[in-house]
Amino acid sequence: MIAIRPRRVAAIVLRQAYLLRASPARLLPLFAWVAIDIVLWGFITKYLNLVAAPGPDFVRLLLGAVLLWDFFSRVMQGVTMAFFEDVWSRNFLNVFAAPISTSEYVSGLVLSAVLTSTIGLAVMVVIASAAFGLSLVGYGLAILPGLLILFLFGIALGVVGCATVLRLGPAAEWLIWPIPAVLSPFVGVFYPISMLPHWMQSVSWLLAPTYVFEAMRALVSGRTVSWPALGWGALLALATIVLAGWAFARVYRYAVRTGLVARYSAETVS
Amino acid sequence: MSARSPDGASPAEGRDGDRPPILVVEDLRKSYGALPAVDGISFRVAPGEIVGLLGPNGAGKTTTINMILGVVSPTSGAIRIDGLDLARRRCQALQRTNFAAVYAPLPGNLTVSQNLRVFGLMYGVQNVGARVEALLAEFDLAPFRDTKAGVLSSGEQTRVSLAKAMLNRPRLLLLDEPTASLDPSVARDVRARIRGIAAREEEGVLWTSHNMREVEEVCDRVLFLSHGRILLEGDPRKLPGQHGRKTLEDLFIVVAREPLALEHA
Repeated sequence: MIAIRPRRVAAIVLRQAYLLRASPARLLPLFAWVAIDIVLWGFITKYLNLVAAPGPDFVRLLLGAVLLWDFFSRVMQGVTMAFFEDVWSRNFLNVFAAPISTSEYVSGLVLSAVLTSTIGLAVMVVIASAAFGLSLVGYGLAILPGLLILFLFGIALGVVGCATVLRLGPAAEWLIWPIPAVLSPFVGVFYPISMLPHWMQSVSWLLAPTYVFEAMRALVSGRTVSWPALGWGALLALATIVLAGWAFARVYRYAVRTGLVARYSAETVS
Repeated sequence: MSARSPDGASPAEGRDGDRPPILVVEDLRKSYGALPAVDGISFRVAPGEIVGLLGPNGAGKTTTINMILGVVSPTSGAIRIDGLDLARRRCQALQRTNFAAVYAPLPGNLTVSQNLRVFGLMYGVQNVGARVEALLAEFDLAPFRDTKAGVLSSGEQTRVSLAKAMLNRPRLLLLDEPTASLDPSVARDVRARIRGIAAREEEGVLWTSHNMREVEEVCDRVLFLSHGRILLEGDPRKLPGQHGRKTLEDLFIVVAREPLALEHA
Protein backbone atom coordinates (compact mmCIF):
# COMPACT_ATOMS: atom_id res chain seq x y z
CA MET A 1 0.00 0.00 0.00
CA ILE A 2 1.30 3.45 -0.89
CA ALA A 3 1.47 5.80 2.10
CA ILE A 4 0.59 9.40 1.29
CA ARG A 5 2.07 11.91 3.72
CA PRO A 6 -0.17 14.98 3.90
CA ARG A 7 2.66 17.47 4.56
CA ARG A 8 4.29 16.62 1.25
CA VAL A 9 1.02 16.87 -0.62
CA ALA A 10 0.43 20.19 1.16
CA ALA A 11 3.81 21.45 -0.11
CA ILE A 12 2.63 21.19 -3.72
CA VAL A 13 -0.69 22.87 -2.90
CA LEU A 14 1.01 25.60 -0.89
CA ARG A 15 3.36 26.37 -3.78
CA GLN A 16 0.34 26.77 -6.08
CA ALA A 17 -1.47 28.93 -3.52
CA TYR A 18 1.55 31.22 -3.20
CA LEU A 19 1.72 31.62 -6.97
CA LEU A 20 -2.00 32.37 -7.28
CA ARG A 21 -1.93 34.85 -4.43
CA ALA A 22 0.99 36.76 -5.92
CA SER A 23 -0.08 36.81 -9.52
CA PRO A 24 -3.30 38.29 -10.92
CA ALA A 25 -2.29 36.82 -14.28
CA ARG A 26 -2.71 33.35 -12.75
CA LEU A 27 -5.76 34.19 -10.64
CA LEU A 28 -7.86 35.90 -13.30
CA PRO A 29 -8.15 32.93 -15.71
CA LEU A 30 -9.62 30.80 -12.92
CA PHE A 31 -12.91 32.64 -13.30
CA ALA A 32 -12.64 35.14 -16.15
CA TRP A 33 -12.88 32.72 -19.08
CA VAL A 34 -15.62 30.60 -17.56
CA ALA A 35 -17.55 33.77 -16.73
CA ILE A 36 -17.24 34.93 -20.35
CA ASP A 37 -18.36 31.50 -21.57
CA ILE A 38 -21.42 31.51 -19.32
CA VAL A 39 -22.39 35.05 -20.29
CA LEU A 40 -21.98 34.33 -24.01
CA TRP A 41 -23.90 31.05 -23.94
CA GLY A 42 -26.42 32.50 -21.53
CA PHE A 43 -27.46 35.11 -24.08
CA ILE A 44 -27.37 32.63 -26.96
CA THR A 45 -29.70 30.27 -25.08
CA LYS A 46 -32.02 33.11 -24.06
CA TYR A 47 -32.25 34.13 -27.71
CA LEU A 48 -32.89 30.54 -28.80
CA ASN A 49 -35.66 30.23 -26.22
CA LEU A 50 -37.20 33.38 -27.66
CA VAL A 51 -37.12 32.47 -31.35
CA ALA A 52 -37.48 28.66 -31.29
CA ALA A 53 -40.76 26.83 -31.20
CA PRO A 54 -41.95 25.98 -27.69
CA GLY A 55 -40.32 22.78 -26.44
CA PRO A 56 -36.80 22.39 -25.24
CA ASP A 57 -35.44 24.74 -22.59
CA PHE A 58 -32.17 25.84 -24.20
CA VAL A 59 -30.89 27.39 -20.99
CA ARG A 60 -31.00 24.07 -19.19
CA LEU A 61 -29.95 22.13 -22.29
CA LEU A 62 -27.09 24.20 -23.67
CA LEU A 63 -26.03 26.51 -20.86
CA GLY A 64 -26.00 23.56 -18.45
CA ALA A 65 -23.86 21.63 -20.92
CA VAL A 66 -21.41 24.54 -21.23
CA LEU A 67 -21.18 24.79 -17.45
CA LEU A 68 -20.46 21.09 -17.05
CA TRP A 69 -17.94 21.04 -19.90
CA ASP A 70 -16.13 24.11 -18.57
CA PHE A 71 -15.98 22.43 -15.17
CA PHE A 72 -14.30 19.40 -16.73
CA SER A 73 -11.85 21.62 -18.65
CA ARG A 74 -10.99 23.59 -15.49
CA VAL A 75 -10.27 20.41 -13.55
CA MET A 76 -7.98 19.16 -16.28
CA GLN A 77 -6.22 22.50 -16.59
CA GLY A 78 -5.93 22.73 -12.82
CA VAL A 79 -3.77 19.60 -12.82
CA THR A 80 -1.70 20.52 -15.85
CA MET A 81 -1.16 24.14 -14.80
CA ALA A 82 0.21 23.07 -11.41
CA PHE A 83 2.55 20.69 -13.23
CA PHE A 84 3.58 23.29 -15.81
CA GLU A 85 4.68 25.59 -13.00
CA ASP A 86 7.44 23.06 -12.32
CA VAL A 87 8.21 22.84 -16.04
CA TRP A 88 8.43 26.60 -16.45
CA SER A 89 10.54 27.14 -13.34
CA ARG A 90 12.74 24.11 -14.15
CA ASN A 91 12.04 22.76 -10.73
CA PHE A 92 11.97 19.03 -11.44
CA LEU A 93 15.40 18.32 -9.99
CA ASN A 94 14.53 20.08 -6.72
CA VAL A 95 11.16 18.34 -6.45
CA PHE A 96 12.10 14.82 -7.49
CA ALA A 97 15.32 14.81 -5.45
CA ALA A 98 13.17 15.54 -2.40
CA PRO A 99 11.65 12.68 -0.39
CA ILE A 100 8.30 13.01 -2.14
CA SER A 101 6.78 10.05 -3.95
CA THR A 102 5.15 10.37 -7.36
CA SER A 103 1.81 9.52 -5.68
CA GLU A 104 2.26 12.43 -3.25
CA TYR A 105 3.32 14.76 -6.06
CA VAL A 106 0.35 13.83 -8.26
CA SER A 107 -1.98 14.07 -5.24
CA GLY A 108 -0.70 17.61 -4.72
CA LEU A 109 -1.45 18.45 -8.35
CA VAL A 110 -4.95 16.96 -8.01
CA LEU A 111 -5.69 18.83 -4.79
CA SER A 112 -4.51 22.07 -6.42
CA ALA A 113 -6.95 21.33 -9.26
CA VAL A 114 -9.78 20.71 -6.79
CA LEU A 115 -9.25 24.14 -5.27
CA THR A 116 -8.93 26.03 -8.55
CA SER A 117 -11.78 24.22 -10.32
CA THR A 118 -14.07 24.77 -7.34
CA ILE A 119 -13.53 28.51 -7.69
CA GLY A 120 -14.39 28.26 -11.40
CA LEU A 121 -17.49 26.16 -10.74
CA ALA A 122 -18.72 28.53 -8.04
CA VAL A 123 -18.34 31.53 -10.36
CA MET A 124 -20.16 29.73 -13.18
CA VAL A 125 -23.02 28.62 -10.94
CA VAL A 126 -23.49 32.12 -9.50
CA ILE A 127 -23.53 33.84 -12.92
CA ALA A 128 -25.68 31.17 -14.59
CA SER A 129 -28.15 31.29 -11.73
CA ALA A 130 -28.26 35.06 -11.16
CA ALA A 131 -28.25 36.18 -14.79
CA PHE A 132 -29.97 33.33 -16.63
CA GLY A 133 -31.98 31.46 -14.00
CA LEU A 134 -30.12 28.18 -14.41
CA SER A 135 -30.24 26.11 -11.23
CA LEU A 136 -28.07 23.05 -10.85
CA VAL A 137 -30.50 21.83 -8.21
CA GLY A 138 -33.14 21.76 -10.93
CA TYR A 139 -31.33 18.87 -12.63
CA GLY A 140 -31.98 16.65 -9.63
CA LEU A 141 -29.70 14.16 -7.95
CA ALA A 142 -28.18 12.96 -11.21
CA ILE A 143 -26.09 16.13 -11.37
CA LEU A 144 -23.94 14.94 -8.46
CA PRO A 145 -22.61 11.74 -10.05
CA GLY A 146 -22.37 13.70 -13.29
CA LEU A 147 -20.07 16.28 -11.69
CA LEU A 148 -18.08 13.52 -10.02
CA ILE A 149 -17.57 11.68 -13.33
CA LEU A 150 -16.46 14.87 -15.07
CA PHE A 151 -14.14 15.64 -12.16
CA LEU A 152 -12.53 12.19 -12.28
CA PHE A 153 -12.19 12.31 -16.06
CA GLY A 154 -10.67 15.80 -15.84
CA ILE A 155 -8.13 14.57 -13.28
CA ALA A 156 -7.29 11.58 -15.47
CA LEU A 157 -6.73 13.65 -18.60
CA GLY A 158 -4.74 16.20 -16.59
CA VAL A 159 -2.42 13.44 -15.37
CA VAL A 160 -2.10 12.08 -18.93
CA GLY A 161 -1.22 15.62 -20.04
CA CYS A 162 1.50 15.82 -17.38
CA ALA A 163 2.90 12.44 -18.44
CA THR A 164 2.91 13.55 -22.08
CA VAL A 165 4.84 16.75 -21.32
CA LEU A 166 7.26 14.93 -19.01
CA ARG A 167 7.96 12.41 -21.76
CA LEU A 168 8.03 14.69 -24.82
CA GLY A 169 9.32 17.94 -23.34
CA PRO A 170 7.95 21.41 -22.59
CA ALA A 171 6.99 22.08 -26.21
CA ALA A 172 4.40 19.31 -25.93
CA GLU A 173 2.26 21.51 -23.69
CA TRP A 174 0.65 22.79 -26.87
CA LEU A 175 -0.68 19.29 -27.43
CA ILE A 176 -2.42 19.44 -24.07
CA TRP A 177 -4.41 22.69 -24.26
CA PRO A 178 -6.69 21.60 -27.16
CA ILE A 179 -7.63 18.22 -25.64
CA PRO A 180 -11.08 19.37 -24.36
CA ALA A 181 -11.87 20.89 -27.76
CA VAL A 182 -10.83 17.67 -29.52
CA LEU A 183 -12.98 15.55 -27.22
CA SER A 184 -16.08 17.74 -27.22
CA PRO A 185 -17.51 16.50 -30.56
CA PHE A 186 -17.19 12.89 -29.37
CA VAL A 187 -18.81 13.26 -25.95
CA GLY A 188 -21.90 15.02 -27.27
CA VAL A 189 -21.77 18.17 -25.17
CA PHE A 190 -24.42 19.88 -27.29
CA TYR A 191 -26.17 17.04 -29.16
CA PRO A 192 -27.18 13.41 -28.66
CA ILE A 193 -24.61 10.79 -29.55
CA SER A 194 -27.10 9.29 -32.00
CA MET A 195 -26.34 12.27 -34.26
CA LEU A 196 -22.79 11.02 -34.79
CA PRO A 197 -21.63 8.56 -37.44
CA HIS A 198 -21.07 5.03 -36.17
CA TRP A 199 -17.29 5.22 -35.98
CA MET A 200 -17.53 8.34 -33.81
CA GLN A 201 -20.16 6.73 -31.62
CA SER A 202 -17.87 3.79 -30.90
CA VAL A 203 -15.29 6.27 -29.61
CA SER A 204 -17.94 8.23 -27.69
CA TRP A 205 -19.09 5.26 -25.63
CA LEU A 206 -15.53 4.76 -24.39
CA LEU A 207 -15.45 8.27 -22.93
CA ALA A 208 -16.96 8.78 -19.48
CA PRO A 209 -18.39 12.31 -20.11
CA THR A 210 -20.63 10.92 -22.86
CA TYR A 211 -22.80 9.25 -20.20
CA VAL A 212 -23.06 12.50 -18.23
CA PHE A 213 -24.30 14.57 -21.17
CA GLU A 214 -26.72 11.86 -22.28
CA ALA A 215 -28.12 11.75 -18.73
CA MET A 216 -28.36 15.53 -18.63
CA ARG A 217 -30.34 15.61 -21.87
CA ALA A 218 -32.64 12.85 -20.55
CA LEU A 219 -33.29 14.93 -17.43
CA VAL A 220 -34.02 18.13 -19.35
CA SER A 221 -36.39 16.39 -21.75
CA GLY A 222 -38.25 14.69 -18.89
CA ARG A 223 -37.04 11.17 -19.68
CA THR A 224 -35.73 8.78 -17.04
CA VAL A 225 -32.01 8.88 -16.38
CA SER A 226 -30.30 5.55 -16.92
CA TRP A 227 -28.48 5.03 -13.64
CA PRO A 228 -26.72 1.88 -14.88
CA ALA A 229 -25.36 3.97 -17.78
CA LEU A 230 -24.16 6.64 -15.34
CA GLY A 231 -22.61 3.90 -13.24
CA TRP A 232 -20.82 2.62 -16.32
CA GLY A 233 -19.61 6.18 -16.96
CA ALA A 234 -18.24 6.33 -13.42
CA LEU A 235 -16.45 3.01 -13.91
CA LEU A 236 -14.96 4.28 -17.16
CA ALA A 237 -13.79 7.46 -15.40
CA LEU A 238 -12.17 5.37 -12.65
CA ALA A 239 -10.54 3.12 -15.25
CA THR A 240 -9.21 6.23 -17.03
CA ILE A 241 -7.73 7.45 -13.74
CA VAL A 242 -6.01 4.12 -13.15
CA LEU A 243 -4.64 4.17 -16.70
CA ALA A 244 -3.48 7.77 -16.28
CA GLY A 245 -1.70 6.96 -13.01
CA TRP A 246 -0.07 3.96 -14.64
CA ALA A 247 1.03 6.10 -17.61
CA PHE A 248 2.53 8.79 -15.36
CA ALA A 249 4.39 6.24 -13.23
CA ARG A 250 5.72 4.55 -16.36
CA VAL A 251 6.87 7.83 -17.91
CA TYR A 252 8.47 8.87 -14.60
CA ARG A 253 10.39 5.59 -14.43
CA TYR A 254 11.52 6.16 -18.02
CA ALA A 255 12.60 9.70 -17.12
CA VAL A 256 14.64 8.44 -14.16
CA ARG A 257 16.16 5.62 -16.20
CA THR A 258 17.22 7.90 -19.04
CA GLY A 259 18.25 10.86 -16.91
CA LEU A 260 15.45 12.99 -18.33
CA VAL A 261 14.33 14.29 -14.92
CA ALA A 262 17.83 15.53 -14.16
CA ARG A 263 18.32 17.39 -17.39
CA TYR A 264 14.73 18.49 -18.02
CA SER A 265 14.51 22.03 -19.31
CA ALA A 266 13.31 23.88 -22.35
CA GLU A 267 16.82 23.91 -23.71
CA THR A 268 17.74 20.30 -23.15
CA VAL A 269 14.55 18.57 -24.20
CA SER A 270 13.48 18.89 -27.79
CA MET B 1 47.64 6.47 -6.01
CA SER B 2 45.89 5.04 -2.96
CA ALA B 3 45.28 1.32 -3.07
CA ARG B 4 41.61 0.36 -3.07
CA SER B 5 40.21 -2.80 -1.49
CA PRO B 6 37.89 -5.03 -3.53
CA ASP B 7 34.77 -3.47 -1.96
CA GLY B 8 35.96 -0.01 -2.84
CA ALA B 9 36.90 1.10 0.67
CA SER B 10 40.35 2.62 0.88
CA PRO B 11 42.78 3.34 3.70
CA ALA B 12 41.88 7.01 3.45
CA GLU B 13 38.35 6.10 4.50
CA GLY B 14 39.54 4.70 7.79
CA ARG B 15 39.52 8.06 9.53
CA ASP B 16 36.02 7.44 10.85
CA GLY B 17 36.14 3.70 10.49
CA ASP B 18 34.60 3.13 13.92
CA ARG B 19 31.43 4.98 12.92
CA PRO B 20 29.11 3.77 10.18
CA PRO B 21 29.52 5.74 6.97
CA ILE B 22 26.84 8.22 5.93
CA LEU B 23 27.14 7.22 2.29
CA VAL B 24 28.16 3.90 0.80
CA VAL B 25 28.42 3.59 -2.97
CA GLU B 26 29.18 0.11 -4.26
CA ASP B 27 30.15 -0.79 -7.82
CA LEU B 28 27.87 1.90 -9.22
CA ARG B 29 27.34 1.88 -12.97
CA LYS B 30 25.26 3.91 -15.37
CA SER B 31 25.23 3.44 -19.10
CA TYR B 32 23.27 5.32 -21.72
CA GLY B 33 23.01 2.72 -24.45
CA ALA B 34 26.51 1.44 -25.02
CA LEU B 35 28.09 4.54 -23.48
CA PRO B 36 29.17 4.14 -19.84
CA ALA B 37 28.75 7.41 -17.92
CA VAL B 38 29.71 5.87 -14.58
CA ASP B 39 31.73 2.68 -14.72
CA GLY B 40 31.81 0.75 -11.47
CA ILE B 41 32.73 3.26 -8.80
CA SER B 42 32.78 2.52 -5.06
CA PHE B 43 33.40 4.92 -2.20
CA ARG B 44 32.21 5.95 1.23
CA VAL B 45 31.65 9.21 3.05
CA ALA B 46 32.06 9.26 6.82
CA PRO B 47 30.20 11.51 9.29
CA GLY B 48 31.67 15.01 9.29
CA GLU B 49 33.84 14.21 6.27
CA ILE B 50 33.93 16.40 3.17
CA VAL B 51 34.78 14.41 0.07
CA GLY B 52 35.60 16.17 -3.19
CA LEU B 53 34.39 14.59 -6.38
CA LEU B 54 36.71 15.90 -9.07
CA GLY B 55 37.17 15.36 -12.73
CA PRO B 56 36.92 16.98 -16.12
CA ASN B 57 33.60 17.72 -17.79
CA GLY B 58 31.85 14.48 -18.69
CA ALA B 59 33.79 12.45 -16.12
CA GLY B 60 30.58 11.28 -14.45
CA LYS B 61 30.44 13.56 -11.39
CA THR B 62 26.96 14.96 -11.93
CA THR B 63 25.60 11.57 -13.02
CA THR B 64 26.96 10.12 -9.78
CA ILE B 65 25.32 12.89 -7.75
CA ASN B 66 22.05 12.48 -9.62
CA MET B 67 22.06 8.76 -8.88
CA ILE B 68 22.63 9.47 -5.18
CA LEU B 69 19.72 11.92 -5.35
CA GLY B 70 17.50 9.24 -6.87
CA VAL B 71 16.73 11.20 -10.04
CA VAL B 72 18.80 8.89 -12.25
CA SER B 73 18.53 5.15 -11.73
CA PRO B 74 21.79 3.18 -11.80
CA THR B 75 22.26 0.45 -14.36
CA SER B 76 23.71 -1.61 -11.51
CA GLY B 77 25.31 -1.19 -8.12
CA ALA B 78 24.06 -0.02 -4.74
CA ILE B 79 23.73 3.25 -2.86
CA ARG B 80 23.14 3.30 0.91
CA ILE B 81 22.47 6.55 2.72
CA ASP B 82 22.74 6.37 6.49
CA GLY B 83 22.32 2.61 6.17
CA LEU B 84 19.21 2.84 3.96
CA ASP B 85 19.19 1.25 0.52
CA LEU B 86 18.19 4.05 -1.88
CA ALA B 87 16.61 1.64 -4.38
CA ARG B 88 14.29 0.09 -1.80
CA ARG B 89 13.73 2.91 0.69
CA ARG B 90 13.98 5.97 -1.51
CA CYS B 91 11.89 8.38 0.54
CA GLN B 92 13.50 7.50 3.88
CA ALA B 93 16.98 7.76 2.35
CA LEU B 94 16.24 11.11 0.68
CA GLN B 95 14.77 12.36 3.95
CA ARG B 96 18.36 12.27 5.23
CA THR B 97 19.82 13.91 2.13
CA ASN B 98 19.76 17.33 0.53
CA PHE B 99 21.63 19.14 -2.17
CA ALA B 100 22.48 22.44 -3.80
CA ALA B 101 23.60 22.87 -7.38
CA VAL B 102 24.11 25.88 -9.61
CA TYR B 103 21.98 24.28 -12.31
CA ALA B 104 19.03 23.71 -9.96
CA PRO B 105 17.97 27.14 -8.69
CA LEU B 106 14.82 27.36 -6.62
CA PRO B 107 11.69 28.65 -8.40
CA GLY B 108 12.29 32.31 -9.15
CA ASN B 109 8.59 33.19 -8.91
CA LEU B 110 8.40 32.36 -5.19
CA THR B 111 9.93 34.51 -2.47
CA VAL B 112 12.85 33.24 -0.43
CA SER B 113 10.73 32.40 2.61
CA GLN B 114 7.99 30.81 0.45
CA ASN B 115 10.57 28.58 -1.23
CA LEU B 116 11.98 27.50 2.10
CA ARG B 117 8.51 26.80 3.52
CA VAL B 118 7.46 24.74 0.49
CA PHE B 119 10.64 22.67 0.52
CA GLY B 120 10.51 22.44 4.31
CA LEU B 121 7.13 20.72 4.03
CA MET B 122 8.38 18.55 1.20
CA TYR B 123 11.29 17.37 3.35
CA GLY B 124 8.96 16.73 6.28
CA VAL B 125 10.64 19.36 8.50
CA GLN B 126 8.90 19.73 11.87
CA ASN B 127 8.12 23.27 13.02
CA VAL B 128 9.00 24.53 9.57
CA GLY B 129 8.35 28.21 10.37
CA ALA B 130 10.99 28.32 13.09
CA ARG B 131 13.46 26.36 10.95
CA VAL B 132 12.99 28.79 8.06
CA GLU B 133 13.58 31.75 10.36
CA ALA B 134 16.74 30.16 11.74
CA LEU B 135 18.11 29.55 8.24
CA LEU B 136 17.21 33.04 7.04
CA ALA B 137 19.30 34.36 9.92
CA GLU B 138 22.14 31.86 9.48
CA PHE B 139 22.57 32.60 5.77
CA ASP B 140 22.03 36.39 6.09
CA LEU B 141 18.85 36.13 4.05
CA ALA B 142 16.46 37.91 6.40
CA PRO B 143 16.48 41.13 4.31
CA PHE B 144 15.41 39.06 1.28
CA ARG B 145 12.70 36.97 2.92
CA ASP B 146 9.93 38.57 0.83
CA THR B 147 12.00 39.00 -2.32
CA LYS B 148 11.35 36.69 -5.25
CA ALA B 149 14.26 34.29 -5.60
CA GLY B 150 14.52 35.00 -9.33
CA VAL B 151 15.60 38.61 -8.86
CA LEU B 152 18.40 37.89 -6.40
CA SER B 153 22.05 38.03 -7.41
CA SER B 154 23.90 34.77 -8.11
CA GLY B 155 25.52 34.90 -4.70
CA GLU B 156 22.23 35.47 -2.94
CA GLN B 157 20.57 32.67 -4.92
CA THR B 158 23.39 30.34 -3.94
CA ARG B 159 22.82 31.20 -0.29
CA VAL B 160 19.10 30.48 -0.73
CA SER B 161 19.94 27.11 -2.31
CA LEU B 162 22.30 26.34 0.57
CA ALA B 163 19.65 27.34 3.11
CA LYS B 164 17.20 24.98 1.35
CA ALA B 165 19.88 22.27 1.44
CA MET B 166 20.12 22.63 5.22
CA LEU B 167 16.35 22.60 5.87
CA ASN B 168 16.14 18.97 6.99
CA ARG B 169 19.55 18.91 8.75
CA PRO B 170 20.68 16.30 6.22
CA ARG B 171 23.04 13.52 7.18
CA LEU B 172 24.35 13.66 3.62
CA LEU B 173 24.83 16.93 1.76
CA LEU B 174 25.56 16.97 -1.97
CA LEU B 175 27.01 20.17 -3.34
CA ASP B 176 27.58 20.44 -7.06
CA GLU B 177 29.86 23.43 -7.68
CA PRO B 178 28.28 25.43 -4.85
CA THR B 179 30.63 28.40 -5.26
CA ALA B 180 30.78 28.49 -9.06
CA SER B 181 29.00 31.83 -9.42
CA LEU B 182 30.26 33.52 -6.29
CA ASP B 183 32.87 36.23 -5.83
CA PRO B 184 35.94 35.16 -3.83
CA SER B 185 34.76 36.81 -0.64
CA VAL B 186 31.32 35.19 -0.65
CA ALA B 187 32.83 31.89 -1.79
CA ARG B 188 35.19 31.89 1.19
CA ASP B 189 32.27 32.64 3.48
CA VAL B 190 30.24 29.77 1.99
CA ARG B 191 33.16 27.35 2.38
CA ALA B 192 33.57 28.33 6.02
CA ARG B 193 29.86 27.85 6.67
CA ILE B 194 29.80 24.41 5.06
CA ARG B 195 32.88 23.29 6.98
CA GLY B 196 31.35 24.55 10.19
CA ILE B 197 28.01 22.85 9.56
CA ALA B 198 29.63 19.57 8.48
CA ALA B 199 31.70 19.48 11.66
CA ARG B 200 28.90 20.60 13.97
CA GLU B 201 26.12 18.43 12.55
CA GLU B 202 28.40 15.50 11.63
CA GLU B 203 27.13 15.68 8.07
CA GLY B 204 28.86 13.84 5.30
CA VAL B 205 29.44 16.13 2.35
CA LEU B 206 30.10 15.24 -1.27
CA TRP B 207 31.44 18.33 -3.03
CA THR B 208 32.19 18.83 -6.70
CA SER B 209 34.22 21.77 -7.86
CA HIS B 210 36.59 22.84 -10.58
CA ASN B 211 38.35 25.20 -8.20
CA MET B 212 41.31 23.16 -6.95
CA ARG B 213 42.38 25.71 -4.35
CA GLU B 214 38.91 25.51 -2.89
CA VAL B 215 39.08 21.72 -2.86
CA GLU B 216 42.43 21.78 -1.05
CA GLU B 217 40.97 24.14 1.52
CA VAL B 218 37.69 22.36 2.11
CA CYS B 219 37.93 18.66 1.36
CA ASP B 220 39.28 15.98 3.66
CA ARG B 221 39.58 13.56 0.78
CA VAL B 222 39.18 13.72 -2.99
CA LEU B 223 38.15 11.24 -5.66
CA PHE B 224 39.35 11.93 -9.19
CA LEU B 225 36.93 10.66 -11.81
CA SER B 226 37.79 10.12 -15.42
CA HIS B 227 35.57 8.41 -17.97
CA GLY B 228 33.24 7.30 -15.21
CA ARG B 229 35.90 5.61 -13.08
CA ILE B 230 37.74 6.63 -9.93
CA LEU B 231 41.30 7.15 -11.05
CA LEU B 232 42.87 8.61 -7.91
CA GLU B 233 41.90 9.01 -4.33
CA GLY B 234 43.47 10.62 -1.31
CA ASP B 235 44.24 13.71 0.73
CA PRO B 236 44.08 16.73 -1.62
CA ARG B 237 47.10 18.27 0.09
CA LYS B 238 49.29 15.16 -0.29
CA LEU B 239 48.03 13.70 -3.54
CA PRO B 240 49.90 16.05 -5.94
CA GLY B 241 53.26 15.24 -4.33
CA GLN B 242 52.52 11.52 -4.44
CA HIS B 243 52.14 11.83 -8.21
CA GLY B 244 55.05 14.16 -8.89
CA ARG B 245 52.97 17.31 -9.34
CA LYS B 246 53.26 20.62 -7.60
CA THR B 247 49.61 21.43 -7.19
CA LEU B 248 46.23 19.78 -7.26
CA GLU B 249 45.46 21.80 -10.38
CA ASP B 250 48.48 20.29 -12.16
CA LEU B 251 47.25 16.85 -11.17
CA PHE B 252 43.75 17.69 -12.36
CA ILE B 253 45.09 18.67 -15.77
CA VAL B 254 46.95 15.37 -16.04
CA VAL B 255 43.77 13.48 -15.11
CA ALA B 256 41.84 15.45 -17.69
CA ARG B 257 44.38 15.08 -20.51
CA GLU B 258 46.29 11.90 -19.86
CA PRO B 259 44.20 9.67 -17.61
CA LEU B 260 45.76 6.51 -19.01
CA ALA B 261 49.23 7.62 -17.88
CA LEU B 262 48.00 7.75 -14.28
CA GLU B 263 45.92 4.62 -14.54
CA HIS B 264 48.92 2.55 -15.52
CA ALA B 265 51.34 4.30 -13.17
